[in-house]
Amino acid sequence: MKSLAGTRGLIRLILRRDRIVLPLWIVLLVAISVSYVKQYGDLFPTPESRTKYASNAGFITLYGELSGTSLGEFVTWRLGFVPVMIGLISLLTVIRHTRVEEETGRRELLGATVIGRHAQLAAALLVTFGANLVLGVLLAFGMHSQGLPMAGSIAIALEFACTGWFFAAVGAVAAQLTASAGTARGIAIGVLGGAYVLRAAGDTSARTDGPLGWLSYLSPIAWAQRIRPYAENRWWLAILLLVATVALLAVAVVLAVRRDVGGGLLPDRLGPADGTLGSPLALAWRLHRGLLAAWTVGFALLGLLFGGVAKGVGDLMRDDPSIQEMFQRMGGSVGLIDSFLAGVMTLVGLIASAYAVQATLRLRAEETSGRAEPVLATATSRWQWAASHLVFSLLGPAVALLAAGVAEGLAYGAAIGDVSGQAPRLVGAALAQLPAVWVLVAISIAIVGFVPRLSMVSWAGPAICILIGLVSAGVATADWVRDISPFTHLPSLPGGSVSAAPLITLLAIAVVVGFAGLVGLRRRDMPVG
Amino acid sequence: MPAAISTEGLVKRFGRTNALDSLDLTVRTGEVHGFLGPNGAGKTTTIRILLGMTRADSGTARVLDGDPWSDATELHRRLAYVPGDVTLWPNLSGGEAIDLLGRMRGGIDKLRKAELLERFDLDPRKKARAYSKGNRQKVALVAAFASDVELLLLDEPTSGLDPLMEEVFREVVQEVSDRDGRTVLLSSHILSEVEALCDRVTIIRAGRAVESGTLSELRHLTRTSIQAELVGPMDGLAQLAGVHDLREDDGRVRFDVDTDEINPVLRRLTEIGVRSLVSQPPSLEELFLRLYEPETVK
Repeated sequence: MKSLAGTRGLIRLILRRDRIVLPLWIVLLVAISVSYVKQYGDLFPTPESRTKYASNAGFITLYGELSGTSLGEFVTWRLGFVPVMIGLISLLTVIRHTRVEEETGRRELLGATVIGRHAQLAAALLVTFGANLVLGVLLAFGMHSQGLPMAGSIAIALEFACTGWFFAAVGAVAAQLTASAGTARGIAIGVLGGAYVLRAAGDTSARTDGPLGWLSYLSPIAWAQRIRPYAENRWWLAILLLVATVALLAVAVVLAVRRDVGGGLLPDRLGPADGTLGSPLALAWRLHRGLLAAWTVGFALLGLLFGGVAKGVGDLMRDDPSIQEMFQRMGGSVGLIDSFLAGVMTLVGLIASAYAVQATLRLRAEETSGRAEPVLATATSRWQWAASHLVFSLLGPAVALLAAGVAEGLAYGAAIGDVSGQAPRLVGAALAQLPAVWVLVAISIAIVGFVPRLSMVSWAGPAICILIGLVSAGVATADWVRDISPFTHLPSLPGGSVSAAPLITLLAIAVVVGFAGLVGLRRRDMPVG
Repeated sequence: MPAAISTEGLVKRFGRTNALDSLDLTVRTGEVHGFLGPNGAGKTTTIRILLGMTRADSGTARVLDGDPWSDATELHRRLAYVPGDVTLWPNLSGGEAIDLLGRMRGGIDKLRKAELLERFDLDPRKKARAYSKGNRQKVALVAAFASDVELLLLDEPTSGLDPLMEEVFREVVQEVSDRDGRTVLLSSHILSEVEALCDRVTIIRAGRAVESGTLSELRHLTRTSIQAELVGPMDGLAQLAGVHDLREDDGRVRFDVDTDEINPVLRRLTEIGVRSLVSQPPSLEELFLRLYEPETVK
């Protein structure tokens, strides 16, 4: 057990570093899950309303098949996105405390103390597993406290925790493969995304009696979901997930033994001896292009998905006023399908704002890592340096939204035989999200410019807007709360009417706040740690 | 000709800490100027002010006859900077980083770059994440030395270099100084490096310049150690100015004497009568240790 020496100390270090983030996501996810019981119980009180709500093709793609009409089953189904988020957070946590530590060299510093070869990995995994366990226990009691049966509550807790454990193990394997934390994250998120897509494709196909239903059986997300809490409570599927988790952990350990600290299994290729990069913009392109490509592809897929299901959703909504009402609250307008598409566009815009903030914070990452210093010591002014990154936080989301709009237009247009009519409408609707996205970019520039140490607070922008969007879609919300989100002030497109005033106001806010932020950035000390 | 760098009364506070406390620094055009001081003395803060990255709270700074804060971009075309801790973009190769920094500074001398890569024994094709600290340092050094600039700001540039590479570094600094007439501000902890390269040095402590001048001027501030076997009793030695730590054992006296007070002391010794005499020349190490110590009051 010498290879595990020091694990206890490392666990304490991780808990100290994550003392805010770790409890926050546990509490938040449990609170959301538990609150859904009452919210959806009130919204859909009868089995008929639940079946109808859950039977639309779009929701089957997003959350899978409803297992039964009891409240527990219905809420579990509607919470289908939570295990995916738990998986994502778990794999990111493991990579953050393994490969990131190695890449930054902090692992080396610790490695020279009495720390065994596997201690770092073991500590990261134990903390992540523990967090998922805590989440599971809280969830089980929380669900039970809402009047749901205990056995089913334990089953849903297992579904969520097992997904977290499995993807923590995926993160552990990915962290062994490459020397770069970014690539490791990409691999692990790719596996998660793949599992999600397999489930979505398999379930959708099975629903329409297609030939691809078997795809779901390949997806660990589908295994977890088919535990079917509050229905059969199939415990053996949890055991299957645990066995798969242990197998992945074994792979991670075998890989870890075969590589050096700091090294990966996939070797680094040599680069060119001479560079072609010669300007801040060229450098920024190099730093942002991977992110831009990933988001653009993701947005195109999202567009295809929503565009593909829009017609079916429209057919379904025709006989259900409560769903119509929900999409109208989300920003939809009068026409049924248009209101669905408009609601979806708001969602896409919200996601784009997360990308926008991520791209803006690259600027700050360049500063804190020390890479901005040599650049700013050349003839590059701070304006140029900042502008080179802001090009990507302003236009990157535009490209991604364009991809979503084109894909959605093509998919929906093909379904109703009107590509030439739908594509331009939906591209316009997608791009109409930009003023709101840019307001959030401007706010995060201002934060980086004036209070750089609080840069991470920039994430509050998209987080609050997404929260307002989700809450106000589910229940009626006070106007002043909805008005906080810039997305509330966008025209509801496609279908709605466009007035210039709110768009111009949003753009003006973005310009003024963003410019003020840049002035702050120019006037302050660099780098601020 | 105006000084390449001159600062007067620079003050910089970070919260409650005084990073710089009225710092005066003058670097003459064409000289290699050593910038010494214990860790946390304010060397990096000074260099960041000279680069226009950090703004001084008060005092004035001039670099190449410009204002480092408002004329930053223009000045940066004429100077190059090597930080003490070089971080590079993990996916860029060393060669790409060198060319990028050189081009953004306004151009890079290809032949000179190739020559420097050869001399520093650096493989420019490796990705930055595969480089050791020393190799990352070399990337920044090659980028700086291959640029056609008037002033080099080097912040502990040899940290992480092996002794062979340190030797190469010295040769290159001497070349750019003698052949190209460039001005160099070299912050360093390595006394042999400072001794070999620098025309003048400034020593700072707690954000203040405590000493500035040529090395031989500074040597005068040091003490010579004397050990002597005397014929007679050591009367009157202790009263002489500049004598420190006088002690006697087995008929031998040992003491330190301020170098500029050495003549009267030697006269007194010969009056007493000397059987044998050992004198140790002043060492820079000793000077620096003395100046670095927090309690020293000049």
